[in-house]
Amino acid sequence: MAPNSSNGAVAPPRQARSRRSVWGERAIELLIYASGVSAIVFILAILFFILREAAPVLFSDRFSLTQFLFSTEWYPTSASNVRYGTLALSAGTLAVTVLAMVLAVPFGLGGAVFLSQFCGPRLRESLKIIIELLAAIPSVVWGFIGLTVMSRLIVTYTGAPVGVNVLNGGIILALMSVPIIVSIGEDALKAVPDSYIEAATAMGATRWQLVFRVLLPAARNGLLAAVLLGVGRAIGETMAVLMATGHAVQIPHGILDSVRTLTANIAAELGEAPAGSEHYQVLFLTGVLLFAITMLVNLAADLIIRGVRARK
Amino acid sequence: MNAATPKIAVKDLSLAYSGTEVIHGITFDVRPNEILGIIGPARSGKTSLLRCLNRTIDFIAGARVAGEIRIDGADIRAVRDVHALRRTIGMVAPLPVGLPLSIYDNVAFAPRCAGLTRRADLDPLVERCLRQAALWDEVKDRLGSLGTALSGGQQQRLTIARALSHQPEILCLDEFSIAIDPVTTMRIEDVLRELRREITIILVTNLTHQARRLTDRTMFLWNGRIIELDRSDVIFSDQPSRQETLEYVNGIFG
Repeated sequence: MAPNSSNGAVAPPRQARSRRSVWGERAIELLIYASGVSAIVFILAILFFILREAAPVLFSDRFSLTQFLFSTEWYPTSASNVRYGTLALSAGTLAVTVLAMVLAVPFGLGGAVFLSQFCGPRLRESLKIIIELLAAIPSVVWGFIGLTVMSRLIVTYTGAPVGVNVLNGGIILALMSVPIIVSIGEDALKAVPDSYIEAATAMGATRWQLVFRVLLPAARNGLLAAVLLGVGRAIGETMAVLMATGHAVQIPHGILDSVRTLTANIAAELGEAPAGSEHYQVLFLTGVLLFAITMLVNLAADLIIRGVRARK
Repeated sequence: MNAATPKIAVKDLSLAYSGTEVIHGITFDVRPNEILGIIGPARSGKTSLLRCLNRTIDFIAGARVAGEIRIDGADIRAVRDVHALRRTIGMVAPLPVGLPLSIYDNVAFAPRCAGLTRRADLDPLVERCLRQAALWDEVKDRLGSLGTALSGGQQQRLTIARALSHQPEILCLDEFSIAIDPVTTMRIEDVLRELRREITIILVTNLTHQARRLTDRTMFLWNGRIIELDRSDVIFSDQPSRQETLEYVNGIFG
């Protein structure tokens, strides 16, 4: 074996070629570096601009952070006593998101497992196309479905006085998250090496044993990422929940209560709040709060993954 | 059971991958408690043949099997519990596949799938299998660490321990020594000679020396056909009945 002699005698002069390739290499490295760093830059820039809008109210005497976080009284336009408490809004977001995840995670992961292990190639291809189509439906359409179809169904079957409530929003958000969880989860399951599957079946594992003992543990991180993206969509979704949850500022006592979420609140009120006013600034602060919640969710997931790894 | 009733009887077995036939109607027997060597150049159908035995061929899209394979007289196409069939056959792949589990869980995987869950039953079984695979002394203090973190040779012995964990009646080794050093290979070969008293072993190997050392009979498979199947001392002698065998064994082609 002579590796150097193999690519011919007519190669261009060594020096020139390597210099050009060094520059090319450097340019590509720089490009990749820039695109990697840009993600951080964008995040920080977004945080900066939101904070800049929110900052004046944060440091004013008339505003109390404790009230903002822990009061349920949201009266931004009251003539006598303006109060900015977002607890009810956070509770609304939490309630809708949790319900959505309770519904979406089992169906989403189940769908991913079915697609990757239990269905034939032709069915899989058509299902994937349909699921991706489902993910592309605009959220306002989902909201419309919630407002008209789902709301009527809920009133008919539960006897609730209004059909736009936590249940409605949760179902709509679940329907929006499932396609994401399925398609990313299926990718994660597909990434499990075939050799694992082969080894497990050769030892007599049934399909279910294969799924629960090999596939799910091996694809754990990817599946968690899929669920997180679903959660992210549920927390951040605005239009659909605005239309489907009833827009009542209160801490829900059951899934048939109407709520308002942080996002819906921003969307609904930002247009009416005069730019630069206190109300306007508080709405931006609500944006910061949303930002913090998303970060916390991601951080928690990261810690969970690390914890699982450390235990092994 | 005597030598007259074969452990495995293969009759007219053909295998095609999406229309291209790779095994062309082969017929042979494996006797109980023998070590049968299968030699032959790459792509001659050795691994595919093993896949037919434990019916993992079923998972390969477009694979068509014709003919008959009987284990202890029972047609494997007709078995009701294919998982139980697979447990009677231990399979060791050429490159080690440590499942992403701990060493202990790797070995306990198959027994657990078969319904054995009590720690008191599993512990001695895991130890015995690891001992048989000549791995116990190296890992006994870290059974809880990840199997995939072992060295290549250790992982291969782990897969051998795993293949023994479901107490198979037949053990198939597909070029098991590719990733192992010669000393360990020798130790495992000793283990195989030991196991031969209880189980039947099929050894696919590219190392003609290994086949000569270890096997009772050897089958020379070439392009999906059996060129010769005979006692190993005949196959590796100066006068096998076929010229191709002599040339392959002596490294003239293949």
